[in-house]
Amino acid sequence: MSDSTGDEATNPYRTSLRTAADWGLVAIALPALAALALPVGAQGGAVLGWFGGTMAPLFLIGVVLAVVAGASAPKRVWGAWPELAGVALAWLLPLHLLNEGLDLSAGWGLWLFLVAATLLLWRVMGVLAGVPGWTRSVIVPGLFGLGLLVGWEVLVRGFQVPAILLPPPSRIAAALAANAPVLWDDFRQTVLTSVLRGYVMGCGAGLIVAILADRVPFLARGLLPLGNLASAIPVVGIAPIMVMWFGFDWQSKAAVIVVMTFFPMMINTLAGLGTSERIQLDLMRSYAAGYGRTLVKLRLPNALPFLFNGLKINSTLALIGAIVAEFFGTPVVGMGFRISTEVARMNLDIVWATIAVAALTGSGLYGTLALLERATTAWHPSMRGR
Amino acid sequence: MTFPNPLDFWEASASRQGSDRAVSSAKSSSAKSPVVVEARKLSLVYPTADKPVTALSEVDLTIARGDFVSLIGPSGCGKTTLLRVIADLERPTAGQIAIEGMTPEQARLKRLYGYVFQAPALYPWRTVERNVMLPLEIMGIARAERQARAREQLERVGLSGFERKFPWQLSGGMQQRVSIARALALQPDLLLMDEPFGALDEITRDHLNLHLTQLWRATGKTCVFVTHSIAEAVFLSTRIVVMSPRPGRILDVIDCNSLPRERTLDIRESPEFAAIAHRVREGLKEGHSYDD
Ligand SMILES: Nc1ncnc2c1ncn2[C@@H]1O[C@H](COP(=O)(O)OP(=O)(O)OP(=O)(O)O)[C@@H](O)[C@H]1O
Ligand SMILES: [Mg+2]
Repeated sequence: MSDSTGDEATNPYRTSLRTAADWGLVAIALPALAALALPVGAQGGAVLGWFGGTMAPLFLIGVVLAVVAGASAPKRVWGAWPELAGVALAWLLPLHLLNEGLDLSAGWGLWLFLVAATLLLWRVMGVLAGVPGWTRSVIVPGLFGLGLLVGWEVLVRGFQVPAILLPPPSRIAAALAANAPVLWDDFRQTVLTSVLRGYVMGCGAGLIVAILADRVPFLARGLLPLGNLASAIPVVGIAPIMVMWFGFDWQSKAAVIVVMTFFPMMINTLAGLGTSERIQLDLMRSYAAGYGRTLVKLRLPNALPFLFNGLKINSTLALIGAIVAEFFGTPVVGMGFRISTEVARMNLDIVWATIAVAALTGSGLYGTLALLERATTAWHPSMRGR
Repeated sequence: MTFPNPLDFWEASASRQGSDRAVSSAKSSSAKSPVVVEARKLSLVYPTADKPVTALSEVDLTIARGDFVSLIGPSGCGKTTLLRVIADLERPTAGQIAIEGMTPEQARLKRLYGYVFQAPALYPWRTVERNVMLPLEIMGIARAERQARAREQLERVGLSGFERKFPWQLSGGMQQRVSIARALALQPDLLLMDEPFGALDEITRDHLNLHLTQLWRATGKTCVFVTHSIAEAVFLSTRIVVMSPRPGRILDVIDCNSLPRERTLDIRESPEFAAIAHRVREGLKEGHSYDD
């Protein structure tokens, strides 16, 4: 790998030995070379080598070309992209072989090759993570997730893990597409109806009560121990009670969510309201600003990082609460209902698809809040310079 | 605690002051009382966990309208505490104090003073300009006027062009200048400043001292100024209050009337200046000998 201008600027500690030869690349090439001596898989009981009549040599040539291109790029960052293509090609090989009908579980040469490809990916990510902007904040985490999915797919299919234990992502995606209308109805019932309403009510109540408790000290003294008590209540305990109280529809789910989210929000808000420094408060006092002005202009802005902390914790709690509560009674729709009924019918593909929807929803909520937080608390020391 | 009728207060102080310049300035602003701050036997004890700390002990102080009074004394002698009592940020445990004939609380609610704290105390989520506009926002001044005043004051402290920056992007000295601009934007009659130039380099400090003395002369504001620098105190003040360390008492009040009211940096070379500085230093030394 050639180390030129851009690199020296970012890494002044490079030794001359490191510059002379790219030992990292050599370390990756060694297992890859060793892999060539081992089989890539078996077909009809017969063990196949790398040159046993499959397209494997073509992939191999492609990867080598990509790595050579990457190594000869004038800047290390530019070299990362062809190397990335090489990694992608390497991981496409097992998928191709699987489609050819090969049994990969004995293909130790292939697995060793993939280990080398993964090490190469590690290197590429290391380089890309140093590039500011979109590359670092979006592409790197995206590649990381994609890598995990591909690894999951290849390992599950290569070692023929039964789908009932763990289906490959492709199968989950297929189930997602095939059941899209049902899943959308579930999503609407659970997320758009129960979770959003319960979340807004729970967080809103927590915020308002915290502001009250901040004003009325005995409220804080009484409520804080209760908060610890409430956080110890299991969802499976209160969910059936709420269903009895509020019925099968979204109201009972929202009630469970309110119980779960109220105290985290209240405790975080109270902590946040307490963070204003004396000198900042004195300043407001010297302007003859009353309680309300001080709250709006000083204490709430100061509490924002804490508020977001509560909101983020609650976004996941709310989703869990709604899904678990649906186990205890719901109209025949909803993500929790879907999971409980389809598990009973051994329809695990739909269960996995629902889990995928829940995971995406959770990350989406969390991500939205994180973006909002970044936009509104860029001034906070923990956010500066990001 | 009870505050006496402040009106009785002025009369007592005015007669005590006799032919002092407080009377002469009373003529110029006849509508207002000549005395801005009047403290009598003021004491303040902080109740701390182990033993109470006496920060102020029987402090008597009269500050006339248009006075520039510097408080000087060793660290921890109660200068900040005295300023905070004037600003109604701290309640005295004994004695009386009146601001413009009112209790400190009434004065604070009327926003009679601007306070520059020992630390900048800027709000990190507000830009420099919006920090300066904060008091104006609270006073309910219209947006355009707020902005105009903020720009004017930022220019005065030499920070034009930094309006859109955030406080943490500024050096410590620049932050302190923003906090001075913020206090000036209020356009108060009484300016309380707690070591405002402590964090600044010598040149900027000279520059701001000159600015401050010109501002004071032009506007006739009453200033109470805490400093550790003898030269700064002598340069700026009409009167210097020398305080002793714990318990904080007033050791000496030094008149600077031998210096012209209009000050330029070269008066620091004059013999009058040296004489006053000498007396301040002697006063401070005396305070230290009490401690040993
Ligand atoms: N809130 C408080 N609680 C208890 N003691 C305090 C408090 N504030 C100040 N003190 C004590 O009162 C004394 C006077 O403090 P003050 O801040 O007025 O000193 P200062 O003269 O302004 O000192 P410096 O020049 O270092 O700023 C000190 O001994 C200090 O320890
Ligand atoms: Mg002080």
